[in-house]
Amino acid sequence: MKNTISQRVADFLKNYPPFNELKNIALEQLSEQVSIVYKEKGSVIFTEKEAGHAFFYIVHKGAISLHKKSTDAIIDMCDEGDIFGLRPLMANENYELEAKAHEESILYAIPITLFKPLALENKAVGNFLIESFASNTRNPYSKIHRGKLYSEATEPSKETPGIGLIDVQPVQFSKKIAICSPTTTVKKIAELMTKKKIGSIIIALDKLPVGIITDKDLRNKIVTGKFPITATADEIMTSPVITYPSSLTITQAQMAMMKSNISHLCLTEDGTPNTKVVGMLSKHDIMVSLGNNPAVLIKAIKRAKKIKHLKPIRHSVMGLLRAYLQGNIPMTLISKIISELNDACMKQVIKISLEKIKNPPPVKFAWLAIGSQGRSEQMLHTDQDNALIFEDVEEELLPKTTAYFLKLSQLITKGLNDIGYEYCPAEMMASNPKWCLSLSEWKKSTSHWIINPGIDEVLLSSIFFDYNVVYGENKLANELSEHIFYTVKKYPIFFLHLAKGALQNPSPTGFFRQFLVEQDGDHKDTFDVKSRALRPLTDAARVLILSHYIKGINNTAERFEKLAELEPNNKEIYLACSYASKALLKFRTKQGLSNNSSGRFIALNDLTKEEKIKLKRTFKTIKEIQELVMHRFQLKVM
Amino acid sequence: MFNFFKKNKKEYPDYWNTYAETFKNPISQDVDATSFIVLDTETTGFDYVSDRILCIGALEIRQQTIEIHKAFEVYIQQDVYGKESAKIHGILKDGVIPKISELEALQLFLRYLGNKTIVAHHAFFDINMINKALARQGLPPLKNNYLDTSNLYKKTLLKSKFITKKEQYSLDELADKFSISKKDRHTALGDAYITAIIFLKIITKLKEKKEVTLSILFQ
Repeated sequence: MKNTISQRVADFLKNYPPFNELKNIALEQLSEQVSIVYKEKGSVIFTEKEAGHAFFYIVHKGAISLHKKSTDAIIDMCDEGDIFGLRPLMANENYELEAKAHEESILYAIPITLFKPLALENKAVGNFLIESFASNTRNPYSKIHRGKLYSEATEPSKETPGIGLIDVQPVQFSKKIAICSPTTTVKKIAELMTKKKIGSIIIALDKLPVGIITDKDLRNKIVTGKFPITATADEIMTSPVITYPSSLTITQAQMAMMKSNISHLCLTEDGTPNTKVVGMLSKHDIMVSLGNNPAVLIKAIKRAKKIKHLKPIRHSVMGLLRAYLQGNIPMTLISKIISELNDACMKQVIKISLEKIKNPPPVKFAWLAIGSQGRSEQMLHTDQDNALIFEDVEEELLPKTTAYFLKLSQLITKGLNDIGYEYCPAEMMASNPKWCLSLSEWKKSTSHWIINPGIDEVLLSSIFFDYNVVYGENKLANELSEHIFYTVKKYPIFFLHLAKGALQNPSPTGFFRQFLVEQDGDHKDTFDVKSRALRPLTDAARVLILSHYIKGINNTAERFEKLAELEPNNKEIYLACSYASKALLKFRTKQGLSNNSSGRFIALNDLTKEEKIKLKRTFKTIKEIQELVMHRFQLKVM
Repeated sequence: MFNFFKKNKKEYPDYWNTYAETFKNPISQDVDATSFIVLDTETTGFDYVSDRILCIGALEIRQQTIEIHKAFEVYIQQDVYGKESAKIHGILKDGVIPKISELEALQLFLRYLGNKTIVAHHAFFDINMINKALARQGLPPLKNNYLDTSNLYKKTLLKSKFITKKEQYSLDELADKFSISKKDRHTALGDAYITAIIFLKIITKLKEKKEVTLSILFQ
């Protein structure tokens, strides 16, 4: 029976192939028999060699990873609208890959008994399946899953061969094929290329490619004066066009470009100039699809016009991070690059949100990343912690201004959530009215924390004082920093409390130097590397650097380096701390990547002996720095 | 004549007795194995006495799965009509949607429900509305256990002074917090679906902290 939910399902399905080929009635009937399956992160939908289910699946929300258990390498990542688990059912085989919820996901399970007759009856549906099975482009998967850049369908493939990076294409280059006739004037062509922001254009006659004009042609032939601006396309175009079939792999495309020394490839239906143009591939597209170059990723982030375009780029950033860690690149460099990319993503989310809200901000503001993000220590997708400062306004305007920025913050935090930053469970986010304040309100708040340093206030300070401006007016943040330092100087007892807070973390090891593990909950018997190892270092660095009244250095490792410089007699221990914090961060990041988690809780059984020793070595440093903090600030009070 | 004053169980209609009978079966304590009926009603207003149910929407969650063809959606013919609430749910008194009588709706719903645990947002309201309708048929209230997603959500929040826990959380607020599309909001089945997803996500959140059994949810 048709109902509200089956209609909702049908509305969703009709946007995606092959369901878009079905007649409304067939789609409605199919939708009525769908099951909606909720999968928590990490749960398995089906595993290798398992017998086929009665359903195949389409991702409604979230992401599903398909991988080989033996290698653990992710072979495909299915996003919203992607189908998986269909091919084995059509062929009556067992599953070849394991499907796991990479994120919390909602799936629509579609009964194969109902779908099969539709696929046989409806030619368009059948063709889609045959094609995607044959070319291995998308949804259904096969043993030899090689990334192909194009299928006959317009949708670009999302895989990269070999290198183990999860690449989901953010740039929809296939849509940007611009075609002109040979008689178009050069001026018109230049205008069109500017408007469409493209670097090349295909010249076609009856849809068959006859030539290509690139930026270089315009520069070499028009700007130099060789041809007048009134010249027509056929006079300056490069002809004939070198064409390739759409089933090109990335490597083949790269080879082709190198061989002919060109940066754009024209793709046709069968690879000869005698068939229709189906796509255009630029060097940039390849770079993005390889996803192993920060500069390219930054460019892709800046080009993203919608939040949902950013999400796949974040996948690539994670791929990059993985590759860096495998390549044993220094952690300082890794954290710089990854933080830079994360920052760019956040900036873009803010920009997109500002466009969405339409009216411009009534006054200047600054968006602050706080906590680990503010310290540039957040490599993985963890919680978002942020705050917003806006310029002071007249009292009667304050409610209205606050309302505007709260609304903006809600958009931004939602956007960040959409690209993978979970909401902060403690609501330390600018969408919370307590974290979206005018400059004077912030001054009042921070003064209150400093003057009345209870346990909560110290905790708030320790999270907030590591802020870093992500977007907007640095001046506002600087002014707040100055105020904080000024207040702290007047109430030095605050340091005592901050120092005390720094010593309150649970100890990493017990009396017999054994690891202390969590007693219950989901993380039972795992080691909490965040609160038992990283936080003591972070807290110590903060109180020490603040007591020197140094501002502008947020990163824990850098803080210790600065401290080593300031206190040569303690140089050794500070440098050890700097090293330890980098090592622990690397540890956590690696753990997080391999478990698709925040990396906070480490299963000790998974560690090698060497890793355990390495981990324990940092504990000694932690103990030493805690003793230093203890002595220093106790003395101060006495 | 004699029996008129001594109304006992046997005199209830068959559909009620069949429903009551189901409670003899045990209910699984395993949250993932047991069945939940997620429920929402659209009403003419918020007054338990004078207002009436216009629509009941419900679906079953079992093993984190909702089978669409097992969803329950009935529209009820009522003489009472609330102009104000019609703006919200859009159900017109003489609209084109096929409607059935309240009695028929109750019969169908009791058969659908059985002894399963009810989940609803602000569950007390929906259950009370249904109980009032049952009372009009001379029947006792629903026998089912129920869970309220508004209360369950509070269990997921950190015990922290910085979070001001609200007394109540609206369905819209929770949908936003869990990034659930609010499409089909204010249709009974649409709201039941949103509630179902919220419920599943809350369970996942609670599982992160400790093992979740049915009895823990009722605490």
